[in-house]
Amino acid sequence: MGTGAPTSGAPPKPEVKALQCPKCGAAIELRSFGHAVSVVCSGCHSILDAKDPNLQILQEFQRITADVAPLIPLGTRGKIRGTDFEIIGYQRRSTTVEGIDYSWSEYVLFNPYKGFRYLTEYNGHWNDVTVCKEVPILDPRLESTSFSSANYLGEVYKHFQTSGAKTTSVLGEFPWQVRVGEAAVVTDFIHPPRVLSREKSTEEVSWSLGEYMYGRDVWSAFHLPGSPPAAVGVFENQPSPASTDVKKTWAAFAGFVFFLLLLLVAFDLASQKDIALNASYTLKPGEPKGEASFVTDVFELKGRTSDVELTTSTNVNNAWIYLNYALINQDTGEAWDFGREMSYYHGYDGDGSWSEGSANDTVTIPTIPSGHYYLRIEPESESGHPQIVYQVVVKRDVPVLRIYGVGLLALLIPAIIITWRSMGFERARWSESDHPPAPILQREDN
Amino acid sequence: MTKPVSNCPNCGARIIFQWSSSVQTVCEYCKSILVRTDVDLTKVGQVADLPQDSSPIQINTQGQFANNSFVVAGRILYEFEQGGWNEWHIVMNDGTSAWLSDAQNDYGISKPLPAANLPAAAQIQVGQQQIWNGQNYTVSVITPANYRGVQGELPFQYWDKTVVTLVDLRSNTRKFATLDYSDEQPALYLGEFVEFDDLRLKNLRTFEGW
Repeated sequence: MGTGAPTSGAPPKPEVKALQCPKCGAAIELRSFGHAVSVVCSGCHSILDAKDPNLQILQEFQRITADVAPLIPLGTRGKIRGTDFEIIGYQRRSTTVEGIDYSWSEYVLFNPYKGFRYLTEYNGHWNDVTVCKEVPILDPRLESTSFSSANYLGEVYKHFQTSGAKTTSVLGEFPWQVRVGEAAVVTDFIHPPRVLSREKSTEEVSWSLGEYMYGRDVWSAFHLPGSPPAAVGVFENQPSPASTDVKKTWAAFAGFVFFLLLLLVAFDLASQKDIALNASYTLKPGEPKGEASFVTDVFELKGRTSDVELTTSTNVNNAWIYLNYALINQDTGEAWDFGREMSYYHGYDGDGSWSEGSANDTVTIPTIPSGHYYLRIEPESESGHPQIVYQVVVKRDVPVLRIYGVGLLALLIPAIIITWRSMGFERARWSESDHPPAPILQREDN
Repeated sequence: MTKPVSNCPNCGARIIFQWSSSVQTVCEYCKSILVRTDVDLTKVGQVADLPQDSSPIQINTQGQFANNSFVVAGRILYEFEQGGWNEWHIVMNDGTSAWLSDAQNDYGISKPLPAANLPAAAQIQVGQQQIWNGQNYTVSVITPANYRGVQGELPFQYWDKTVVTLVDLRSNTRKFATLDYSDEQPALYLGEFVEFDDLRLKNLRTFEGW
């Protein structure tokens, strides 16, 4: 604009600048409107100074360094958290842990209003990364490589790994001075699904926050064809498919236990617990078969089909009695046969007093329809027994505790399985860290 | 509120001040740098064309901060090794002024804090701690920057600089501090990072294709 020409309100319209690589002459596109500090020639892969109108060469290579093709091509636009971003740069970085090279990708994303954002990808695991504005607080007692945790915005991030990262190839443009071979020490702290990364180069320390993204979400954000590469293994900040469920499962479990207790109380209160029969009989002394068999008075079992509890209380004392019962429906003739033995012995020997057995017995007969019933009783004891008095009480509709036990177990088992799976996921996660978990089975011998 | 009006002593164009306390402005027609004296304007220099930069903010962009609306009245453009950044001079509707910085689309709003005993430039080191207003700040980077130009109204005279030293301090919160060693006496600015969306900016620059 020359002097004298009014320019207010009409700043020069920025657009993708068309420039040429000073080395190979290939066209250089700048997508970030003057934010770029370095730009890589797509032809010869020389790194050029994007701030210099002549695109001075900062780093050139004898042979093409990058045979890598980014999974998301440069220039692709996608929506991240409601904002459009364009992929403008790509770098491949690697680290060596115990002699093995691990490589990952970093994409530079740009929006002219919102600025820069990054996407990282390793083995099909993605992270949406932003630079931290607040400085995380490190455990001050520890230094350099042995940080144990970092606090960021009130949340504790556990140290996962410290490793050296080296840039191995670059494409596109960068808002910083990028170089192949550039090294930094990267320390990762995790609070899944987030990862807090501290990157220390010779010049500066910077912090960034990543949030785990599934490949399918990246693919849909950038409208990419086909499907994303499958994620291999468990990544450091990958949310556990079970971990959110573990707490929920146990909370649900606690809820169900409470519900069961409520049910138990409610049913106990609602149960009729009617005494249908209460009668006492005597087995005369010396008669092993007693009066052979006899029948009780007819009694009525009311209400819905439910259980019947039969309690026998005896006065056996160093003796036994066996009662052969039959619960018989007077109307249909249907019979439920069962035998109960009560025996109670006690005494005194060298070890002190002892006793065994019980003079009383309770049995539950399930699902008895309503109707008129009587009991046929056939008592039996040894010959020469004393007089045995026994009381028979029949109660209707007694709550059965066992079904609550079964219900409890049915809830407990999935909760335990989910917890176990979650623990397995966490073990897989941490096995890749600087703090691998101890083996589950530790051998005693060695 | 009537805005002070004057004429450019160089080309005669009308100069309207957005903010009555502005000390310096740039004639938008002839690019003369004008400084207000008691009675009129004096030309003190000439702005070279500003390099094309990439801030989405421009003069007259409006926004909101801390329940106050503001309008952008001027700016200082700096350049350093890793690119450029703008300090936009914003005038709040309560009559105060502040600075909206845009460094690679990271935004922060700061205000000067008169403070005594500020450390001298030579004493500053990265990692050093400072406390102002009860808040801890750590020196994160010392930037030798080039002054590249000014536009619009500024609350002070600022036009004959070349290289200035600026010190950034960060905290564990969104608060930051800047020590400005442009003048003999260091100046302190305290501010906080803000999200683009929270500023609710209007009258922004447009970018082709976006």
